[in-house]
Amino acid sequence: MAPPDARAAPPASMADDRISRAFDYATQSFAVAAAEVEKLRHDPLELFTRAAQPVLWLMLFGEVMAQVRGIAPGRESYLDFLAPGILAQSVLFVAIFYGISAIWERDLGVLQRYLVSPAPRSALVIGKAVSASVRALSQAVIVYLLALALGVDIDLNPASILGAAAAAAIAVGSALFSTFSLIIACIVKTRERFMGIGQVLTMPIFFASNAIYPLSLMPGWLRVIAHLNPLTYEVDALRTLMLSAGQSDYGLLLDFGVLLGTVAILTLIAARLYARMGY
Amino acid sequence: MVLSEPEGAELGPVIDVRGLTRRFDGFVAIDGATIAIRQGEIFGLIGPNGAGKSTLIKMLTTLLPPSSGSATIVGYDIVRQPGEVRRHIGYVPQLLSADGAPTGYENMLLSARLYGIPRTERDARITRALARMELTEVADRLVGHYSGGMIRRLEIAQNLLHRPKVLFLDEPTIGLDPVARETVWDHVRDLRESFRTTIVITSHHMEEIEELCDRIALIDRGHIAAVGTPAEFKARVGPGATLDDVFIQLVGGKGEAEMEEGYGAARRARRAAREHG
Repeated sequence: MAPPDARAAPPASMADDRISRAFDYATQSFAVAAAEVEKLRHDPLELFTRAAQPVLWLMLFGEVMAQVRGIAPGRESYLDFLAPGILAQSVLFVAIFYGISAIWERDLGVLQRYLVSPAPRSALVIGKAVSASVRALSQAVIVYLLALALGVDIDLNPASILGAAAAAAIAVGSALFSTFSLIIACIVKTRERFMGIGQVLTMPIFFASNAIYPLSLMPGWLRVIAHLNPLTYEVDALRTLMLSAGQSDYGLLLDFGVLLGTVAILTLIAARLYARMGY
Repeated sequence: MVLSEPEGAELGPVIDVRGLTRRFDGFVAIDGATIAIRQGEIFGLIGPNGAGKSTLIKMLTTLLPPSSGSATIVGYDIVRQPGEVRRHIGYVPQLLSADGAPTGYENMLLSARLYGIPRTERDARITRALARMELTEVADRLVGHYSGGMIRRLEIAQNLLHRPKVLFLDEPTIGLDPVARETVWDHVRDLRESFRTTIVITSHHMEEIEELCDRIALIDRGHIAAVGTPAEFKARVGPGATLDDVFIQLVGGKGEAEMEEGYGAARRARRAAREHG
């Protein structure tokens, strides 16, 4: 029996077919992201409670550590140095626990609904990452305003495209760590194990980076690890783009290259593992 | 009611399962299942907890790849053409799959987008599906405020948007009060009448099975123990038998402890399945 197939079109329309598939793919990713953003819209309290942590880091840690000589590498004040690091950190802390939503959804049955739909698994994973990025950006606005209030030397030139590039760095960084988190969720599959692993991972990722101190203060072995840590490149990009006196250690091309490359690899892995969440 | 013969001889079974098997670490959850289900049939899967009903449904809905054997749904192979299979089926899991935080309409919109329904048709299809499931008035309310019956109807509505040929309902009325249950049953029958949708239901509720199903497969310890109409099943046990009697006799009178819901029961049933596997 030959099943009726509307898409068994003649070769002439193969390009059209490809375009319509790409369009479907984007719509499916967008659907997942939009559903998450709707949830945030119905209950935005979460965004404000999550802003508490960066406030504490900047106001308490930042003010005290600014007294330590040699911690800021020169041009800028320590608070200037710290603000982009704390922004990246607040994005990391939210993103790294993002995978737990997939475990919730699996326990609820929402995940099964995604998986029985014709949406490609990678489209679902990308949708999740995009929604994490939307959260991260709304949080970044709060940290930006806070940093301004504390007198951080932020580049406010409205004509500059730096703001847009900084937003891109935040979005890609968030996508990276939320997809990493999703991979962990797909492997451990229970909330308890996930929370344990999440706690264990956050601190090393944070401390083995240039977020709160320059790599030059690190012992050699830690510096090697920090160079392999994508967070280092996210912070470097943010320091370059956020501050008036910002200068990149690695160059924006390398920063974004590392971030985007890592996101691509993680997405491929996550798509494979996400499909197995339905077992 | 009398089920008419499938229209047109060209139609093979809509669901054709041949020797489908799934093993987990040496334990055989489903062992060589073979069933053919016709278009427009309402087909029931019954059996004790851990018998393998969910494993079978997961394989047919492409959530879980089989270890061996094959199955086709409307002619598409579940292993080689999972995308096509997904396009033609709907699945309402036993768990609540509608999201509580968004509204009913937003949940519908998510499904419409996931199933690639053209933007110009989305609103009309959503409105129609909501009306069919009598949810028009509550469409803009958060699903968190819905009753259990309304959530079930919303989930079915979400699965109507892409006009599936086959609809899988896993324990569709679990936890619902009798009125809500009747409403869900009416809607299930209506789907079959209106669209000749083939519907596969799992249930522990023998009244539900008797009420809805044209045919039943009894699954016990990973095997399809028997297939037939509810009347045939009852006739096997004897005059005046209910489907509950049939269930207890065919499953082997394991007693109530095995029948109760819950983790302990599922674990015991699985252990039994392993021992007998």
